[in-house]
Amino acid sequence: MAQAKRRFRKDHWFFFTIPALVIYVWFMAFPLFNSMRMSFYQGTGLIPTQFVGLQNYVELFTNPLFRDRLLGALKNTCILFAICMGIQNTLGLLFANILAGRLKGRSVFRTIIFLPATMSVLVTGFLWKLILNPHWGAVNQILVRFGLKQFEGYPWLGKPETAMIMVGLVTAWQWVGIPTMIFLAGFQGISEDVLEAASIDGASALQIFWKVKLPLLTPVIGLVAVMTFVGNFNAFDIVFAMTNARGAPEYSTDIMGTLFYRIGIAGQHPVAQPNMGVGASIATVIFFILFLGVSMWMYFRERGSRVQ
Amino acid sequence: MRHRRTNLIHYLILLAWSLIVLFPVWTMLVNSLKKQLDIFRDPFVFPPSPNLAGYRYVLQDSDFLLYCWNTLFVVGLTIFVTLFIGSLASYALAFWKGKASKFLYLLFLSGIMIPIRLGTINIFQIVRSLGLMGSLYGLIPVYIAWGLPMAVFVLTTFIQELPRELIEVAEIDGASRMRIYSNIIVPLIRPALGTVAIINLINIWNDIWFPLIFNLKESHRTLMLGVTYFFGTYQTDWTKVLVVLTLATLPIILLYILMSKQFIKGLTAGAIKG
Repeated sequence: MAQAKRRFRKDHWFFFTIPALVIYVWFMAFPLFNSMRMSFYQGTGLIPTQFVGLQNYVELFTNPLFRDRLLGALKNTCILFAICMGIQNTLGLLFANILAGRLKGRSVFRTIIFLPATMSVLVTGFLWKLILNPHWGAVNQILVRFGLKQFEGYPWLGKPETAMIMVGLVTAWQWVGIPTMIFLAGFQGISEDVLEAASIDGASALQIFWKVKLPLLTPVIGLVAVMTFVGNFNAFDIVFAMTNARGAPEYSTDIMGTLFYRIGIAGQHPVAQPNMGVGASIATVIFFILFLGVSMWMYFRERGSRVQ
Repeated sequence: MRHRRTNLIHYLILLAWSLIVLFPVWTMLVNSLKKQLDIFRDPFVFPPSPNLAGYRYVLQDSDFLLYCWNTLFVVGLTIFVTLFIGSLASYALAFWKGKASKFLYLLFLSGIMIPIRLGTINIFQIVRSLGLMGSLYGLIPVYIAWGLPMAVFVLTTFIQELPRELIEVAEIDGASRMRIYSNIIVPLIRPALGTVAIINLINIWNDIWFPLIFNLKESHRTLMLGVTYFFGTYQTDWTKVLVVLTLATLPIILLYILMSKQFIKGLTAGAIKG
């Protein structure tokens, strides 16, 4: 009886959640769901109304106009992920290991390492585009000054072989502070006793890093990997700023984010009209890739904690 | 001895990276104070006589300040509403025990893992059907929805860790829930509100995706959309481009230097996402 009474109080907890719930569902949860539903529809109006079943997916995977771009974007996003894992997160691990020590002035270095993460991706992209400018940019000037004459006027962002790598390096430059801080928290969570015991047993600093710290840090490495994965498959701004939304040159910097933007929203050459149905199916594909990545991470995390 | 040598190596690594981080920011700053020819002649030194013409032009003869104001307006309103309705919901979710509460909490949390951009096609349609396409006001509800999952996560966790006695005493005194919220909860969760505000500030200030998608009309352009147009139009005038980039970044960098601890904490929490 008392419970029934409490449930219908005028200031029931539910009322407190209503404003947030309405805006969140209206502008985020529902559109996410509805965008997926739209991948089964086609039409030329504002909202595709004609149900076509899996036709959009068939188009996406078999029509060369879409298929080649999808495979290219997948490949380039994987390159981006590889660069971020190999350079950004490795450097983050290195910096965190150093910052976890008792070095003087470490808070200054921490502030500097994290600084680019507060900057706009757009500004970072434009800035590096200027710095990589083949004729006036600082990078080529420095290389030439050091006697590397072959780089005089080399268009880093104009060549398909180097453009994606440059985009990846700039991404790593910008975000290295985040894994650094996460790894730093991880290192600080390792108990002093363990490290001391290893040190007394005569292990070198390098051995302690590889044999003691790194295994203890495996869950954190998994977290950073999955974060990087989600970030890369959601990226758009950096390519938009450094090359353009068409992933120039020759689609060599076209990633999933720019592909989705072009086909679903801006309209792609030679059709200037956006294809919302196919666009929605690209968003759904991205969703499933992310879902797969996150599930794999959760599976391994579960298994890892059971073994321990 | 060995210890000192590793320390030296560590310093060298950190110094080298600091150089790589600061070099682009430095070139941006010093070259925005030079004439075009001086940039190309000597791009790395501070100019002996700073040339403020670029700044004067961008601040007086362009719409830069208008775009700044637009962004501040959106950021301010979004953060205010997000903090208010987010903390209300978090207060409820932290105290309300039951299946419905758990379900709502998970519903909010699922928004942390899924990027809002994947719903863009339908968001575009919704905003258009509301007649808000091209307008700043279309951005605000989308940004609030985007910020809410993180806000609910951070604030609910924080409220759950508050000492229960404070609230229980007030309950016994007969204070209403709304009164407890405004007189006890809000003052106590200020640090967490700060964290949420910083995450949203950075996300919205730096966002280019939604301003681009919503095709904002000229008088409604946000700062970053403005930067995109400036970059296109001034492309050959490096002084102006660098002035625009400097002015668009400097406020956040200064704020970051003032409160770097809070920024690092907030942005790392915002990036971890669940």
